Amino acid sequence: MDLILEILSIPLVQSILKIAFIILLFAMPLGTVLTLMERKWSAMIQDRVGPNRANVGNYTGNGLLHLAADGLKSIFKEDTIPQGANGFLYLIAPFFGLIAGVATFAIIPIAGPIGDFTFQVTDIEPGLLFIFAITSLSVYGAVLAGTSSNSKFALLGGTRASAQMISYEVFMGLALMGIFMVYGSTRVSDIVNGQNEYWFGNLIPMWGVFTQPLGFFLFFTALIAETKRAPFDAPEGESEIVAGYFLEYSGMRWSAFMLAEYVAVAGVAVLMTTLFFGGYHVPWLHLWESAPQWLVTLLQIGKFSIVTIFFCWLQIQLRWTLPKFRFDQTMSLGWKKLLPLSLANTALTAVVVLAFM
Amino acid sequence: MSLATQQLSSLVTPPPQGDSDTSIMKIEIGPSHPAMHGIVRFTTYLDGELIVGMEPEIGYLHRGFEKESENSKWIQVVPYTDRLNYVSPLLNNIGYSMAVEKLYGIEAPRRAEFTRVIMGEISRITDHLTCVGAASMEVGAFTFFLWFIKAREYLWELVEEVTGARLTTNWTRFGGNATDIPDGFFDALQERLDKVKDIMDECDKLLTRNKIFIDRVKDVGTFSKEDAISFGFTGPMLRACGVPYDVRRADPYSVYDEIDFEIPIGSTGDCFDRYLVRMEEIRQSISIIEQAADMMPAGPIMTDERLMHYPDKKEVYGNIEGLIDHFKLVMEGHQPPEGEVYLPTEGGNGEIGFYLVSDGSGDPVRVRMRPACFNYVEAMPAMTVGHYVADIVPIFGSVNMIGGELDR
Amino acid sequence: MTTTDSELVTTSLLKKNFPKSILETHCHRGDETVVIDRKDLLSICEFLRDDEGCSYEMLVDLTAVDLLEQNRTPRFEMVYHFKSLRHGKRIRVKVRLDEQDCSIDSIYHLWKAVDWYERECFDMYGIHFNNHPDLRRILMYDQFEGHPLRKDYPMDRQQPIEELREIEERYHYQRDV
Repeated sequence: MDLILEILSIPLVQSILKIAFIILLFAMPLGTVLTLMERKWSAMIQDRVGPNRANVGNYTGNGLLHLAADGLKSIFKEDTIPQGANGFLYLIAPFFGLIAGVATFAIIPIAGPIGDFTFQVTDIEPGLLFIFAITSLSVYGAVLAGTSSNSKFALLGGTRASAQMISYEVFMGLALMGIFMVYGSTRVSDIVNGQNEYWFGNLIPMWGVFTQPLGFFLFFTALIAETKRAPFDAPEGESEIVAGYFLEYSGMRWSAFMLAEYVAVAGVAVLMTTLFFGGYHVPWLHLWESAPQWLVTLLQIGKFSIVTIFFCWLQIQLRWTLPKFRFDQTMSLGWKKLLPLSLANTALTAVVVLAFM
Repeated sequence: MSLATQQLSSLVTPPPQGDSDTSIMKIEIGPSHPAMHGIVRFTTYLDGELIVGMEPEIGYLHRGFEKESENSKWIQVVPYTDRLNYVSPLLNNIGYSMAVEKLYGIEAPRRAEFTRVIMGEISRITDHLTCVGAASMEVGAFTFFLWFIKAREYLWELVEEVTGARLTTNWTRFGGNATDIPDGFFDALQERLDKVKDIMDECDKLLTRNKIFIDRVKDVGTFSKEDAISFGFTGPMLRACGVPYDVRRADPYSVYDEIDFEIPIGSTGDCFDRYLVRMEEIRQSISIIEQAADMMPAGPIMTDERLMHYPDKKEVYGNIEGLIDHFKLVMEGHQPPEGEVYLPTEGGNGEIGFYLVSDGSGDPVRVRMRPACFNYVEAMPAMTVGHYVADIVPIFGSVNMIGGELDR
Repeated sequence: MTTTDSELVTTSLLKKNFPKSILETHCHRGDETVVIDRKDLLSICEFLRDDEGCSYEMLVDLTAVDLLEQNRTPRFEMVYHFKSLRHGKRIRVKVRLDEQDCSIDSIYHLWKAVDWYERECFDMYGIHFNNHPDLRRILMYDQFEGHPLRKDYPMDRQQPIEELREIEERYHYQRDV
């Protein structure tokens, strides 16, 4: 028993366990379930039933078994490589997006620390700069897939994706400048703890959405564009360039793209939760001083999950309600509207922070 | 390289010459492509995302309608017309049968005509619903497509009640209709129309003032009045350009001159105007149906003329004329008098004209159908060149090309 | 539907302006029809489009009729349907074409719709349109032999595309071509 505790207290072992817990038990299942959630919710919007046929015996699980069916199908499907494709780049391209999506979860705390133990894989000093760095990695997935496929549609999609993602990274960074100023740090744990303060006694929590309302909308828009979700899904543009950069893929590599998209949706949701909705902090919980530690941790995980799922749902709802932008409209929205707005937001925040804090 | 743009130099700029190998990308859109509903191929020349040239290629769905018709009896053509514009088959049935009636110089009874108006307008609504729904789906609003298809389903159930089939209706005959409307039809009709109106209002709220949707369709595929007339545009496409030309008004056929309706027109002829014109036409069609249902007279649905339809069995077995009529119809078919007619009718997509030539024997000499969307696809280069590649989608969606009608 | 001759404005206008080239007129079932001489097609079409009294802005339809089975001597008839939006009138113009010399002037430059209609007519009937800049097949494929709507083209003749037939022979029946 002592030996186990001894091993568990080694930081490396802790990190591996956290990776296993957060990535394998939180990020990936969330991404997988989101595929079903999207199909079910879109069906509900469109007066359909949605997937409900995959079954084991008489059990269909109301569509749940489609997850298994889809996974099995992707694994056993032929992994085609188009003629003239650049083999190596073509084969590795799908995993950039997936890695980038999953890596986002590395710095997200999903509950408060208990003693020395943090519910966070790593709490590095650069914090959100790490996010910016890692999301730019996912551009490579789209670009490499588009250029290595030897298909004109894929090339168009890859070009659109690279232009759009690189542009929106600019506004993504700028939109967060306000957050950095208000909470005085880029480290995620500092930002989360900063959101546990209150205004007017204990009335309003100092969540990012209240301190940075404009930044909230800008960051959310930029993140959706970054993950190429509707209404910014021109790079995939299924009606004009068929499927964009991953047009030629099949089987598990195609699934990797889809999974990357849904992991990215979950990533957007956890980022929004962490940066703008107080992270794991349950508002006004500090008023209950005798709360047992285990209950507080459970409540924190619960609150974190609920807000995360809300943001996942919001993105699905947006996708099935709005038409999509044309590619040049996406770009002009970014450079002509979001850029001035985020600059103004940064300047305004700087003035307010200087004057009052 | 024979670019259609070079012929249309007044409308568009030709692709830049010189090092066109590197700066111009040739991309084949279709025939198997999600936006090419129906089968058509656009050889598109792109400079970046900008379309600099386009050449449509049609004929993938050519089934030899005209050849087949000319080797059939007159009445055997009616089922073929179902397959022309397969989202509004009844309008084709009506157009063809009325053309043959004109060839005979007879008219169907008033009840048959009013029924035709009701069923034809139902078909027009289904046609417009499909077009608007598909066009909005392709700019990303998938939900509206399914909502419109839901509305279309309500109406197709009505069509099925009357004709026995949803698509392969084969409903009209020369001098009347195959079946009368069933009992309780008008109650079901009113209920369905109310449902369609509700769906229309819902979609109107979500789509018509949606900024993203307007951005996608406004000033896209703009077409001037003069060009539209010269290209032979008809129907909603011409009305969106601002020309109030509707065959139902310009050359009234059936009982449309007794019915009060308005012709919506647009101003710029862009995709948004086409969308608005179609949405308004759905409302006008609903109003036409309601008026026609109120005015529906009693009476027969088939003309009394001899040799137009099989006589009753009682006649066949009971008197010599009936027997002869039956024999002649079975053995020789309909024999319209010698002559030629062209009858324009307003189809879902524009003017459907049947040009028929008869030599007095039972076999048609010429059955020509003027396809409405032939001209639209011809004008695709003029509409798309100078726009972005993503604009092909709303433009082609608003054109509402129906492969069966285009290629026949 | 009876229409007296005085109401046929276009017919009388054409008769006045082109007395020699109007071969025949009739108004069967109210469809105003003129049969004209082949060599005057261009000028008559231009007149129909531009004259104030006519102003047929729209070419509605352009097709041909093969009268082989009726044993008529000019075998083909070109049929043009025009629509005047201003006057709300329609007219049908017909030109008779001989089998040996079935070519006619293209009215390509007068209406933009003509381009594809003439291509279709060429494709289906093999009628040659002089001065048409891009006279190719439109509905049938380029390798197609014959013109399907001619009455002497057999109904049941099959012409699969060569390459597809090769593929079928090779992969389906394991035969060399």
